[in-house]
Amino acid sequence: MNSEKIFRYLLIGSGVLIVFIALGIIATLFVGAIPSFKEFGFGFIYSSDWNPTQGRESYGALPFIIGTLVTSILALLITFPFAFSISLFLGEYFKNGKLPSFLRSVIDLLAGIPSVVYGLWGFYALRPIITDLGLNAQGFGIFTSSIVLAIMIIPYASSLGSEVISMVPGSLKEAAYSLGATRFEVVKTVIIPNAGSGIFAGYILALGRAIGETMAVTMLIGNSNRIPTGIFDLGNTMASLIANQFGEAEGLKYTSLVEIGLLLFIITGVVNYIGKLIMKKLSA
Amino acid sequence: MNTSTQISKAKINRRLLKDKLFTYAIIFLAFLSSVPLFLILFELIKKGYRQINISFFYKVAPDTMEAMVAVKNNEIIPGGIANGIVGTLIIVGMASLIAIPLGIICGMYLAENSKGKFAGVVRFIVDMLQGVPSIVLGVIGYIWVVKPITGGFSGLAGSVALSIMMLPSIVRSTEETLKMIPDTLKEAALSLGVPYHKTMLRVILPSGISGILTGVILGISRIAGETAPLMLTALGSAAISTDITKPSSAIPLLVWEFYNDPNLVNMIWSASLFLLILILILNLSAKAIAKKWKVQY
Repeated sequence: MNSEKIFRYLLIGSGVLIVFIALGIIATLFVGAIPSFKEFGFGFIYSSDWNPTQGRESYGALPFIIGTLVTSILALLITFPFAFSISLFLGEYFKNGKLPSFLRSVIDLLAGIPSVVYGLWGFYALRPIITDLGLNAQGFGIFTSSIVLAIMIIPYASSLGSEVISMVPGSLKEAAYSLGATRFEVVKTVIIPNAGSGIFAGYILALGRAIGETMAVTMLIGNSNRIPTGIFDLGNTMASLIANQFGEAEGLKYTSLVEIGLLLFIITGVVNYIGKLIMKKLSA
Repeated sequence: MNTSTQISKAKINRRLLKDKLFTYAIIFLAFLSSVPLFLILFELIKKGYRQINISFFYKVAPDTMEAMVAVKNNEIIPGGIANGIVGTLIIVGMASLIAIPLGIICGMYLAENSKGKFAGVVRFIVDMLQGVPSIVLGVIGYIWVVKPITGGFSGLAGSVALSIMMLPSIVRSTEETLKMIPDTLKEAALSLGVPYHKTMLRVILPSGISGILTGVILGISRIAGETAPLMLTALGSAAISTDITKPSSAIPLLVWEFYNDPNLVNMIWSASLFLLILILILNLSAKAIAKKWKVQY
């Protein structure tokens, strides 16, 4: 009887513990960011000055917020035609067979490659190509990072899409075919309107991934503290700024980096929440 | 009459052509997406195989001077990644020790209370944790463990950060698997007078073990390659360290160190290749388990 009770408490306790972990993460970031917030207020978000010189210390997050958003949205745009094709390929055109299962394995493996390995490949294989094309003197920058990010998020952007596309009711498609529609027209008039919001939710979740990516971007973006002037310019993201500067940071710089972490947490949280919301509407 | 059929025929042909082009484009783009994987694998194997030998597995990472001399004499760099292998085993092992029991119990709770209000909150939070960027978890590991507990960078801090990272995949896979097990199984056990906790632990949990194991392995493979959170927590160590309160190395951390040291650049490929093979094996075994022992009733 007693062990039964303990077991039930254990079950609920595990849930409570996870809630505490999450609240703890939020509280920790908030508390850590307080000194920086006291110093800079909301100006922290729209100030573009990142100056660690002692005595004239001033920190603002704008270049990194912009860098993060530009890199990840550009990555999403690059990934779109590929992820969409994969979703259609696996969800509609070739559902079963050797080729699709091969493609599925490839995509699973892409998801398994560590970020730092993507970064290495970007540095040694992709960067020289960017330089040869004359897009950027050293081959670093937002564009280079976005290409690598785009490859990294293909699995996340395509998996939900292929799932919802395969769930489009056959009767709808058959009705369109019986009216003489070609497959392309079925895709355009039946599948996309039906599965569109699910496909979109997948892209939003992939965007959340891209925003939080650290290592590959750190190795490729060039780590400048200015607001980037174009997609071939150098830049920096919130995640790679933390990765680069957290180690030796103290005092005001340290709490500013924690505040950047808090902002990053909030941005990814909101993006993921929107994605989940769309998914929920879908299943309801 | 004749011209109008001609026009409609041309129209149909155009539609068919469009359809064909679209199909080819889909196939082309889908397979173009698989090219990077092979490019990366090719690059790693081409540049990395030379460094992989027996000493690669039991010697620690070389220092810059040793490596410089070897490169000058056009020899392969002596030394290996033993400190990284041991570090990864300890850090990932500790993270698993924290995350697996908690994750399985929480998954069980969610499966048993699928409609409860608090369970809904927990589910929402697990989803939220899944999306937290790994670098933020590194900051958390630093603030929670490095500063107050170990008083300096430590493997334990890395484990704490990584355990939060692998938790969601274990919780969700446990929940999804247990939900698929029919109620009749539980009812049969309960009707025989088996207490609830024994029913759950001895009947329900074992029947869902394959799904849970798959989630655990995927969780491990997700954290094994993580670099960013370890940079802020475990930091890295040149020697093999088994003390979890001291800085520790890990394979991805070594890749990062090699990358930053011009003399050691030749080592990055072999270390990455090893890390990638490790993760691929984890992924493939998770797939194999899921396929072989699928929960079926």
